[in-house]
Amino acid sequence: MARPALWLSLLTVGLFVIALTLGPAQIGPFESLGALIVDDSSPLTMVMREIRLPRAILAVLVGASLGLSGAAMQGYLRNPLAEPGLIGVSGAAALGAVLAIQTGVAATVTLGLPLMALAGALIGVLLILALAGPRGSSLTLILAGIAISALSGALTSLVLNLSPNPFAASEIMFWMMGSLADRSMTHVWIALPFVLVGGGVLLSLGRGLDALTLGEDAASAMGIRLTRLRLVLVLGTACVIGATTAVAGAIGFVGLVVPHILRPLVGARPSRLLWASALGGAVMVLAADIAVRLILPERDLKLGVVTALVGAPLFLHLIYKTRSQLG
Amino acid sequence: MLRACAGPFVIAATVAVALPAMSQDMPERPERVVSVNLCTDQLAMMLAAEGQLISVSDVALDPQVSAMTEEAQKYRINYALAEDIYLMQPDLVIAGSYSAQATLDMLERLGIPVARFAPAYSLAEVRDRMAQMGDLLGQQEAADAMIADFDARLAALRAEVDERPTAALYYANGYTSGDKTLSGEILAAAGFENIAGTLGFPSFGRIPLEVLALAQPDALVTSRPYPGASRSEAILDHPVVEALREGRADASFSDKDWVCGTPYVLRAIESLRPLRNALTKEP
Repeated sequence: MARPALWLSLLTVGLFVIALTLGPAQIGPFESLGALIVDDSSPLTMVMREIRLPRAILAVLVGASLGLSGAAMQGYLRNPLAEPGLIGVSGAAALGAVLAIQTGVAATVTLGLPLMALAGALIGVLLILALAGPRGSSLTLILAGIAISALSGALTSLVLNLSPNPFAASEIMFWMMGSLADRSMTHVWIALPFVLVGGGVLLSLGRGLDALTLGEDAASAMGIRLTRLRLVLVLGTACVIGATTAVAGAIGFVGLVVPHILRPLVGARPSRLLWASALGGAVMVLAADIAVRLILPERDLKLGVVTALVGAPLFLHLIYKTRSQLG
Repeated sequence: MLRACAGPFVIAATVAVALPAMSQDMPERPERVVSVNLCTDQLAMMLAAEGQLISVSDVALDPQVSAMTEEAQKYRINYALAEDIYLMQPDLVIAGSYSAQATLDMLERLGIPVARFAPAYSLAEVRDRMAQMGDLLGQQEAADAMIADFDARLAALRAEVDERPTAALYYANGYTSGDKTLSGEILAAAGFENIAGTLGFPSFGRIPLEVLALAQPDALVTSRPYPGASRSEAILDHPVVEALREGRADASFSDKDWVCGTPYVLRAIESLRPLRNALTKEP
């Protein structure tokens, strides 16, 4: 546990600092970090504190949420294909967020935006669990995921197309692929409380998920209340995915790639994997967000494009491996 | 689609006017003209004789982008769809060069002449477009009078200035317009120095928020938000943009008068006057 956690923490901090020093305005790294720490009331401090800092913080929050919820769902369903983006939870959260914005709830109700996204994510998770069943076979999981993703994607497009605002329709891409460009501290404050609560809840599942690797009966015998475990998982996932999707859009594959890579390093123990995946997710999203700024700085390349390019081949590989189970 | 056209790409797409690409034989003096583009709608309404123009596009009714919503109500409204337009049996259809190509091709196949107007990217081109609309409608005299009036008013507005405060145009999604655009020329004519030029944006482009914040323009001219909400426009409320507005001359909007190459651009230039005077303390 100690060694991977240490490395992942160092990597997260390193990438966080690099993310802070990268941007279209050409500023030296020391100058920019100095302006971040010391407020000299110059525009530079403004740029650092209001543009780059929230972006880097959100990358950490979003990544940790995706990695953690992916690891938790995979632990519960004992299926490496469960991932919030792939099985439609992120898509359902995006629908909730879009509804909140287009109906004006986001502007009039405090925390209306994250709460509606949370509600969307909640419906998504409940549908998945209801359709896939407690032992979530790969086939039903993937089919249910496709159905929920398609439905929420279509409804999101419909709502955006019906908007009186001509820009709304062009934002379908943002909600499907996600981006951290030009987010502000306001967005950090919107997401942070939900991520902290949801993240804490999910991390508390470690012992239960460890027991579950021995099978449901064994877990019950060890005193794990499965219905409670399931409820906590659903609420925790909805919390973190709802809040992060509301501010950054639906970013796929992070929850698939990160636990897959880290699983061997932590001895396949779900409780350790939860911590490691939270850190690993932060690393992956920070790296992806650095990549979009280096590859096409002027084009606002969507984060989900990069994560999908990394994640989709792995997804294919996993399907290939589990194909005997798929039948 | 029309609405979308008038929105995000308002500057690029609907500042339409232009070298009409003659597809088929144009009638000398058309009697039943249909316009399907916001900018040609307005020019046609200004120049057409009584009864000559029979229909304008629905966008002409949108107060967000149309400077002539009241006049537009007197006309039959079209939605730039071939079926709808063909049934009006026009002898000329006037479109923007960015109008839906499939619709225009269909009309041409059905034997209706279509004139395509390209956007006006400068004040000089606004003049040209008025002349071209006059030629197209057989209303050369009215067009000449309109151009003479435009020239006189523009000359009066374009006072020589010693001091040019800096300004930036900032639209949804972080887009800006440089000097080689109609909006850029409006800004220059009103006595501002457009920072987009010095930052490397001669025409249209996305200016990163960081770059804008560091450039610290004296004035910021933003687009007026549409009803409903969008993430694209949320950037106009970003704390950094708000800080740029703060303590500076009143937030000004580029709106319907800026959209098209029509004499209304003069009103846009005029509306910037008080802002410039406040910044330079000139009378």
